[in-house]
Amino acid sequence: MKERIALDLSKLPPHGMGSASLTFWGTSAFMLIEGTGFALAIAVYFYLMSLAPQWPIKAPPPDLLAGTILTLLLLLSVVPNMLVSRWAKQRDLRKVRAGLVVMAILGLLALIPRAFEFPALHISWDDNAYGSIVWTLLGLHTTHIVTDIVDTVVLACLMFSKHGDNARRYGDVEDNALYWNFVVLTWLPLYGCIYWVPRL
Amino acid sequence: MTWFGKTPSPADLAAGDEKAEALLRRTWSTPAGVLAALSTVDHKIIGRRYIATAFVFLMLGGVLALAMRLQLAFPEARFISADRYNQIFTVHGSNMMFLFAVPVMEAMAVYLVPLMVGTRNIAFPRLNAFSYWIFLAGGLLLWTSLALDTAPDVGWFAYVPLAGPQYGPGKRADIWAQMITFTEVSALAVAVEIVVTVFKLRAPGMSLDRIPIFVWSMLVTAFLVIMAMPAIMLASSSLILDRLVGTQFFNPSEGGDALLWQHLFWFFGHPEVYIIFLPAVGMVSAMISTFTQRPTFGYLPLVLAMIATGVLAFGLWVHHMFVAGLPRVGSSFFTASSMAIAIPAGTQIFCWLATLWDGRPIFKTPMLFIIGFLITFVIGGLTGVMVASVPFDTQVHDTYFVVAHFHYVLIGGSVFPLIGAIYYWFPKMTGRMMSERLGRWAFGLIFTGFHLTFFPMHMLGLQGMPRRVYTYPPELPWAGLNLFVSLSAVILAAGFLVFFIDVLRSVRHGPPAGPNPWNASTLEWAMPSPPPPYNFRHIPVVESLEPLWTSGEALPVATGLRLDRRELVVSSVTAGEPEARESSPADSIWPFLAAIATSIMLIASIFSPWAVVWGAIPVAITLTGWFWPKQTPEDES
Ligand code: HEM
Ligand SMILES: [Cu+2]
Repeated sequence: MKERIALDLSKLPPHGMGSASLTFWGTSAFMLIEGTGFALAIAVYFYLMSLAPQWPIKAPPPDLLAGTILTLLLLLSVVPNMLVSRWAKQRDLRKVRAGLVVMAILGLLALIPRAFEFPALHISWDDNAYGSIVWTLLGLHTTHIVTDIVDTVVLACLMFSKHGDNARRYGDVEDNALYWNFVVLTWLPLYGCIYWVPRL
Repeated sequence: MTWFGKTPSPADLAAGDEKAEALLRRTWSTPAGVLAALSTVDHKIIGRRYIATAFVFLMLGGVLALAMRLQLAFPEARFISADRYNQIFTVHGSNMMFLFAVPVMEAMAVYLVPLMVGTRNIAFPRLNAFSYWIFLAGGLLLWTSLALDTAPDVGWFAYVPLAGPQYGPGKRADIWAQMITFTEVSALAVAVEIVVTVFKLRAPGMSLDRIPIFVWSMLVTAFLVIMAMPAIMLASSSLILDRLVGTQFFNPSEGGDALLWQHLFWFFGHPEVYIIFLPAVGMVSAMISTFTQRPTFGYLPLVLAMIATGVLAFGLWVHHMFVAGLPRVGSSFFTASSMAIAIPAGTQIFCWLATLWDGRPIFKTPMLFIIGFLITFVIGGLTGVMVASVPFDTQVHDTYFVVAHFHYVLIGGSVFPLIGAIYYWFPKMTGRMMSERLGRWAFGLIFTGFHLTFFPMHMLGLQGMPRRVYTYPPELPWAGLNLFVSLSAVILAAGFLVFFIDVLRSVRHGPPAGPNPWNASTLEWAMPSPPPPYNFRHIPVVESLEPLWTSGEALPVATGLRLDRRELVVSSVTAGEPEARESSPADSIWPFLAAIATSIMLIASIFSPWAVVWGAIPVAITLTGWFWPKQTPEDES
């Protein structure tokens, strides 16, 4: 087919930021998938609860301490997380590097109270359906924390390498921050389910 | 003149078009060789591969269907043991749904959507490569288990408690559940690619109201996948956990519940039907428009009907559970919404009939399959309305009436349009036409064979023949019809055979097609057949819904993308205005390696939960290799 030139694209920037970046949309789509997964898992929690004569089944409500510490830690981590995102937008390599290191450490720190949350449930995953669902909720969320830590560490290494200082990598840093916010946000309803619903 | 390192101006291009094209080709092509074939990220190569693999699974599943029909042809036949029969119908159903129907539709999108929206590759091409390998591994897992006589035997919906730890010893149900994981991972990956490709990679000027209907159908389908598949992932993971580490999700004596399985399964399973059907709607619309040489009547109603179908699909899962004893009010609500889905379906059919009425339909093979689709699907829809009513469903539940109904819907609603679509897009994919004569034979045999096979099953069902039985006693009045059905299935199989022969023959020997053999209107026909590695020499600029019909002598195009690296145009979500250039990833072996690592982890975890922990390490390594940039072009800037 013959062609006639109607538009010149050469003036466009060689990489889009924010909603002009493909990874932003990819990350959002994956958050939609995982968000649906979390919502369904919570639905299963309430479904099983609606069937049980008493809830929790044959166990006291979980101890609050570890889970609450973790919640506070996660909420706190949002502040440096937002800062990293902002620094990435400003393409400030030095601050982004520092920020990623801080975020990686915060992620690892979060695993410590998380490790105490499982025993605090006072039930094993194979005791009954209640045990199964709370372990699953915690497990699902832990998987998300761990993947995000790995992601952050790899990204930090990248930023310290010669590949760091370019538009696309800064975009990745922003998306990584977005994802961490998602990990924190999804925790709040899970925290409510696991720790407070049994106390209602 | 050198093109490296600078952006050519429009004038440069006009001067050295041939040189420019050679350079583009070098930038985008996949080299020869096995390693290159394993590393390619070209959506056309992966799409063709995906489609071909899915059709191989169709053929294998068809062989199992024939085996079942052989066993059922006579009362008390002894060809297949009860245990083997259970494996066969389970693998047949699971294979058809998870390894053929869903993947083939997504594969068509992998091939067609980037071409139809006017871009040079799909979004996340490495993920695309990964998804194909994972899909293949899942298929191999299921079929190997059948060869080893340890295939799942719990039906394609693997109801608990039958599939649970007490009644399902061995590893059969675990294999089923893990096969699900494989196919879901690949389906979700493709869905994400499609969404982002349609949102962000449309050609300049392709605003929402200029998106081809097929692309719309795949967009809605992708969202259905994204919302529905997590349910089955959750279900199959819980099943595996129950079986492997003793969780109690489905064990009523410890507070679990068998109905929980059915809710999760059908929350996915009903939308699944539309995941298979909506792409067919898009295909039919595209073909009807081409073979009547006029725009499809009712663009907006069609798009809205597809979106409505997508939304309603989630309200309907409970109609699969009427006999499970749900509260009365709930049942009436779901009956009503099951009926409501007839409204968008009616809209679609009305729009197609109006297009046909107003145009002058040309009855090439694809159109024959569309006629077959319309007839068959309407019958399937009618029996669907019947089973949506609780009293009737209570009667025919788990009889051959249901088997007849869902084959009418699945084969009528998606296999017929799909075969038509293969005839229609084959020239674009291979550069050659299929045979009109063999096409008519294939259609005649498939259509007749289909109705003779499946219509009598309604009667068998009303006479009370239950589904999933490996034989029946001669005293019951079922033998005659069963023999008739089995003989008809041979006619149906012969039709598919003619189709496959036509495909294999035409790949080599079909007459050359030329860029636009049907005089169609959408962008995939704007380039030579098969398309060059870069798809479009220049990115098209879209000014209407039918760019090839309205652009007159010359297609408006945009210049300014670099030739020496893989660049795409990123455009805005609603208006399709160009926002940025974006480089698209190079070929890489890492997605293949990551798929192998993932497969090993998933298969090993059938046997030990620790496989997840240790297996995650190679997965993480391969993923890092995948994402780690080589000397990327942006490093220069
Ligand atoms: C090609 C011709 C086909 C024939 C002759 C055929 C035949 C059959 C038969 C006889 C059964 C019932 C087994 C039983 O209940 O004992 C069955 C089940 C099934 N078929 Fe097909 N089939 C064909 C194609 C397909 C296709 C194309 C699909 C999907 C796209 C499909 C999906 C299913 C499903 C989901 C089941 C249920 C399996 C289960 O109960 O676990 N079939 N088929
Ligand atoms: Cu349904």
